[in-house]
Amino acid sequence: MSLTPAELSSSVAGGIGASPQRPDGNLKVRGEFAYASDLWHEDMIWGSTLRSPHPYARIVSIDLTEALKVPGVHAVLTHQDVPGSNLYGLEHKDQPVLAVDVVRYQGEAVALVGADHPETATRAMKRIKVEYEVLEPVVDMETAADDTPLHPGGNLVRHVPIRRGDQSPTADVVVSGRYEVGMQDQAFLGPESGLAVPAEDGGVDLYIATQWLHVDQGQVASALGMPLDKVRLTLSGVGGAFGGREDLSMQVHACMLALHTRKPVKMVYNREESFYGHVHRHPAVLHYEHGATRDGKLVYVKARIFLDGGAYASSTGAVVANAATLGVGPYEVDNVTIDCYGLYTNNPPCGAMRGFGAVQAGFAYESQMDKLAEKLGLDPVDVRIANAMTEGSVMPTGQVVDSAAPVAQLLKLVKDKPLPPVSTTLDLRSMPGGVSNTTHGEGVVRGIGYAVGIKNVCFSEGYDDYSTARVRVQVIGGELVALAHTAACEVGQGLVTIMQQIVRTELGVQRVTILPMDTSIGNGGSTSASRQTYVTGGAVKAACAAVRDKLTKLAGGRELSEVDLADLVGDDVIDETVEWRHRATEPLDPETGQGNAHVQYGFAAHRAVVDVDVELGLVKVVELDCAQDVGNALNPQAVLGQIQGGSAQGLGLAVMEEIQTVGGKVRNPSFTDYLIPTVLDMPPMSIDVLELADPNAPYGVRGVGEPPTISSTPAVVAAIRAATGLALTRVPVRPEHITQT
Amino acid sequence: MRVNVTVNGEQRQADDVWEGESLLFVLRERLGLPGSKNACEQGECGSCTVYLDDVPVCACLVAAGQVQDREVRTVEGLADGDRLDPVQEAFVEAGAVQCGFCTPGLVVAAHDLLERVPQPSDPEIREALAGNLCRCTGYEKILDAVRLAAARR
Repeated sequence: MSLTPAELSSSVAGGIGASPQRPDGNLKVRGEFAYASDLWHEDMIWGSTLRSPHPYARIVSIDLTEALKVPGVHAVLTHQDVPGSNLYGLEHKDQPVLAVDVVRYQGEAVALVGADHPETATRAMKRIKVEYEVLEPVVDMETAADDTPLHPGGNLVRHVPIRRGDQSPTADVVVSGRYEVGMQDQAFLGPESGLAVPAEDGGVDLYIATQWLHVDQGQVASALGMPLDKVRLTLSGVGGAFGGREDLSMQVHACMLALHTRKPVKMVYNREESFYGHVHRHPAVLHYEHGATRDGKLVYVKARIFLDGGAYASSTGAVVANAATLGVGPYEVDNVTIDCYGLYTNNPPCGAMRGFGAVQAGFAYESQMDKLAEKLGLDPVDVRIANAMTEGSVMPTGQVVDSAAPVAQLLKLVKDKPLPPVSTTLDLRSMPGGVSNTTHGEGVVRGIGYAVGIKNVCFSEGYDDYSTARVRVQVIGGELVALAHTAACEVGQGLVTIMQQIVRTELGVQRVTILPMDTSIGNGGSTSASRQTYVTGGAVKAACAAVRDKLTKLAGGRELSEVDLADLVGDDVIDETVEWRHRATEPLDPETGQGNAHVQYGFAAHRAVVDVDVELGLVKVVELDCAQDVGNALNPQAVLGQIQGGSAQGLGLAVMEEIQTVGGKVRNPSFTDYLIPTVLDMPPMSIDVLELADPNAPYGVRGVGEPPTISSTPAVVAAIRAATGLALTRVPVRPEHITQT
Repeated sequence: MRVNVTVNGEQRQADDVWEGESLLFVLRERLGLPGSKNACEQGECGSCTVYLDDVPVCACLVAAGQVQDREVRTVEGLADGDRLDPVQEAFVEAGAVQCGFCTPGLVVAAHDLLERVPQPSDPEIREALAGNLCRCTGYEKILDAVRLAAARR
């Protein structure tokens, strides 16, 4: 049966605004969805990676002799076996595929083993003799710039200054503080994995879990010394990402082993290796000074922000720009002086994680707003509302916010929600400490905290940010069906569902097949910066429009709504590919940080209610409510899923999540010691979703994924402060910070 | 060594198993059942939860040799042909699946809960799923899914 567009616009199910089931949902609940770690190939061998035990050391010698003797070992490779360039990186090519004469962080890849069983590979790795001369690591981000240079250009990766208005302002009231943010891990559940298959043309096919196929392809081809068309990537099932898959992990390594042994090679990190195998959220030290009038209007903000990039740059430069440009938060401030620095150290490399620089700044500026409110004796929400930016406000970069910025409204929404009752029954499960039976209510104090945050959406600073989409329609079995193809990575967020919804709405075709994402089509851009619904969604919408133009021509003057589309298409195949860009941005002025650097801004606000056992320092988050503007909820269920999941990660940073390092060494690379929220830690959420369309964006959408991660953390900490009266200037807040022992 | 085990009602045999291998490895790499997931391989995340003689266990913590002549039921064994188990159906409908890597373990854990406690309270659901980590959803829609599956019983 075929339908006309007029009928379809009202009758086709699962278009935009609905919440149809995910096309991969059934496979995922049946255990039949093929994640990268599930791949299998006849005759495949296993690859593994020997890593540096030292944060900083010179490699004196590497002896492979004994490893090569282990039965079942097919190859043992070092930097000498890298066929092309041994250096790669997202912004700076500063990271070796395999270490040459120095290792700059604990966990840096030194050698590779290919063997018939993972255990064989492990045994062979233990027989590789690497002699190190251990060096004194650089670990303090605040002094790193003047410490031993770890790279030829020194240890400053990037400095972004922001200068706006009066640079010597004075104010009635001044509050200042030093804040710290610990190193958070993305902790996606699906470990880094992939399968590299050597091809008959001398190239390689790589099946991989990643966030950006084309940027991987370029880096892998460069390291292998091959043209792009010899390195073909196909996305396999991705078990979460959150920024941690923007950089290469095992991509080049697996391809090297496959090309060397002429066998398919599977690599799967275990959880410990995963902690060493991807970048983390930058730890930060943030010095802030806020000046305000007696009635709470901000006069100026001054900040010095340090972000620890670790051993290699990754995306540190862009993280620095975000922390700087979003450094005062969603507030109107006429006079701003910010200096934000990203540094090299011998700590684990840091790069992208959900929130990307805005999280670190958000904890500091929201802590400052609470401090200001307290000093003035004002309500913390009132102080925020008095300074809240609106559409038309000017950012510290001089950029005018040209679509909805409902900051005050979001704050009011969370403030006006009914409060959860104080538990009157003695149910241990509702107590801090839970069934550990640490309290029956004695020493438990309730606190309430608020926060609001701002995040840029899409890539910034003049980056040519686009996506490519191909849409094809044809008649199969008498029914008009559509197929959509991009290289934009589905990592769990539901892009595949959104693509189907857009095609249904634009073409009125019920059955929409999403082709596997791969590099046979043009760049889809990164699944990051909350950008895929906006940019790849925009590309799919534009490709559908191109298909519609073709259909209109076929219709020869008849309205499409008046023809039977299946009849119209007949035996033809209509196949259109479109590259779609969002509006251009500009670089920041390197001296003043001025410029229209961002595409769009997203906002979310949270209210946290906590119960704190002040004697033991245990925190139970009782409720975590959120209000967020999403422009247009193309899939309301998925929007809520993003807000809930993002808020949970913010809660994690507030009270439990930190990769702890001592002298550059990671102390807790496991889920036993690096804790993420469980279902017992995550409270119920009441969520308000605003849909204030952005006229510049396809369907008016506003990026959803990151804003809730930003305001969740400071709201929870504000609530703990309210319960305890403590300053709490560092996240995660640990029990000993509360008990002060 | 050789391991004989009943998996999802079928008698299976795995050869050349190294003594140090886990049940999880045997299921995933030797028996073609990668549904049980390998997120931590130390019993913290619950992604590899399977029934061993009707008791849910982390397959990563069970040595392959321990399952000799016993019965294992994995996430692949819950659906009845094309018909999903009600728990699986509820997970899809409620939006409890994002990346889905935790889903097989959570589906088995929720299935076990509802077998034992057909109408669980919220605190009971939370306790039953406390051993299963999810990084995408914030758990809200997983709770919705379990409530939905319970309501349909």
